[in-house]
Amino acid sequence: MTDLLNIHNLKVEFDTDEGRILAVDNVILKLQEGQILGLVGESGSGKSVTAKSIMQLNAENAVYGDNSKIVLEGQDVLKFKENQDLKVIRGGKVSMIFQEPMASFAPAITIGDQMVELLLLHKKISKEKAKSISIDMLDRVGIADADKRFKQYAFELSGGMRQRAMIAMALSTMPKLLLADEPTTALDVTIQAQVIDLIKDIVNEYKMGVIFITHDLSVIAQTVDYVAVMYLGTIVESGSVREIISNPKHPYTQGLIEALPDLNNLDKPLKPIPGDIPSPLERPTGCVFHTRCKLFESGVCDNAVPPLSEYAKEHTVACFKVNNNEQ
Amino acid sequence: MNSEQNLITIKNISVDFSFQENFLSKKQKIQAVKNVSLNIKKGSFVGLVGESGSGKTTLGRAILAANKISSGKVIFHDGDKDYDLTNISKQELKEYRKKAQLIFQDPYSALSPRMTVRDIIAEPLEVMKITNTREETDKRVREIASKCRLNLEHLRRYPHAFSGGQRQRISIARALVSNPKFIVADESVAALDVSIQADILNLLKSLRKELNLTYLFISHDLSVVAHVCDVVAVMYLGHIVEIAPSRELFKNPRHSYTKALLSSIPSIDPEKQSNAIELKGEIPSAMNPPSGCVFRTRCPNPTHDCKEGNIEMGLIEVNPGHWVDQCCVNCK
Repeated sequence: MTDLLNIHNLKVEFDTDEGRILAVDNVILKLQEGQILGLVGESGSGKSVTAKSIMQLNAENAVYGDNSKIVLEGQDVLKFKENQDLKVIRGGKVSMIFQEPMASFAPAITIGDQMVELLLLHKKISKEKAKSISIDMLDRVGIADADKRFKQYAFELSGGMRQRAMIAMALSTMPKLLLADEPTTALDVTIQAQVIDLIKDIVNEYKMGVIFITHDLSVIAQTVDYVAVMYLGTIVESGSVREIISNPKHPYTQGLIEALPDLNNLDKPLKPIPGDIPSPLERPTGCVFHTRCKLFESGVCDNAVPPLSEYAKEHTVACFKVNNNEQ
Repeated sequence: MNSEQNLITIKNISVDFSFQENFLSKKQKIQAVKNVSLNIKKGSFVGLVGESGSGKTTLGRAILAANKISSGKVIFHDGDKDYDLTNISKQELKEYRKKAQLIFQDPYSALSPRMTVRDIIAEPLEVMKITNTREETDKRVREIASKCRLNLEHLRRYPHAFSGGQRQRISIARALVSNPKFIVADESVAALDVSIQADILNLLKSLRKELNLTYLFISHDLSVVAHVCDVVAVMYLGHIVEIAPSRELFKNPRHSYTKALLSSIPSIDPEKQSNAIELKGEIPSAMNPPSGCVFRTRCPNPTHDCKEGNIEMGLIEVNPGHWVDQCCVNCK
């Protein structure tokens, strides 16, 4: 079975006045149809840059590595330069939903007009057909009175409803791949639970692949099949979600889980990861996490970049100390 | 409850906002907080949870005298002196400002980019005329900065040089510099990454002991609240529907809304399938709240009387310190 998406050695740098900043380095990801892949990490870890690279939505000053490949259904999308080609991906084969649905809808155009516009751009159908598809889709994501909402503006909807409308719009073109960038972060827990259920249902029904970006490990645990933990632009650990959460091996993943409040154990002290995330301008040599790591060994960890190697079935870790000890 | 230990006594307060859709239309009224009573004990860490639009922030601001209180009473007990916030003189309000402070949600927008960290922390001292000389101000700034675990060499820098966690420590230092007794922390960790969140929560906890602080901790994140707070109040559409000591609340929630909220928290254990009690629809508009129990339109198992809106709202004590809205006392 060929992969729906295969990201190979992705490297993204940004040219700025202060020099070239490495945002994403050596990222390898695979995704099959009907799978949800989670990307988790703190702010500045390169989750969003990775996702945006798939649609080439990064800012103009982004520079992609020479060996980087993003293969979507057999085509390397990083080779696409013409708008004609990019249009097929953006909103067509790949759709994206964002954290803040208010900022993603145009405020002065009705929800319906925006949905129809998107459909007419990507499909050769009549306006009436586009309208009926849009209303069906709004109905499908659980918006009551879909034909009434179709004529309303984004500000007239509540937060949860807006996010549903956003999902309806993203799905209306039947994309092969859905990128969800912190889709539940701005929502209340009750609404968050509804949106997570909705995304899972849709994956089952339409068999698309989803990349789900969040900083919240509990949301990851409840939503995704596979997870990749990112720190300063690299993947430090990846594997099936059960394996990673129940048996984390990388000190960073362990730190993230220890810092999380646990409702089943209220006496557990909250343990922050020591130190601060380094500035991207002062990227540590060797393993990027070594400045904050409890297993740090001088001369080993700051010397070379640890490769992402297989620790167990469906579990890879990039850490010299973990991999060496197990051999 | 014994009011002598209370730092703040809130009795039946309501906060209304009036507005006009346009200048010809009739004035309308929104009740953001309705008939809320709450006692905040000295030295306690009180949590206030609820969805957006439930009135948490409005209540917090009303206690700080930053919102007008429409009816009811808020009394701040400071030693021998009581400040009645609904009837406070200008002079008293000035004193009260030193004693009650607010920590904001977003440390990126709460700090002026044009001021050095030292000036940011020192500003309240100068505005409130707490210190007289520059030496005195500097001494106080250094003292509080080191308590908040800020590097003293950083005082000369500007906020842009700091990460989110460090900025939040700066805004905590600024709130604490006037030596307040009461702090409202409004979603103070919501914008932070989990590891930084843990650090800030630990800092708030240790400062409570060190400086004898009392907190009102407003948050939508229930697992954070469970970890730091002693007492939790749950708000829905302007009403407090349940108050209980945190452990009791999380082990034995009584109100249907609290149960639904708790069941919606995603578990870190992937094996544990979510069994969220689904709340239909969304929080109703505060302009047009349901009659009777405000939760009845989304309640998963309303009785006949609830549905008709026949039951008035009001808290009943079911266990020592555990208060539930009477509509839900007998709910399954």
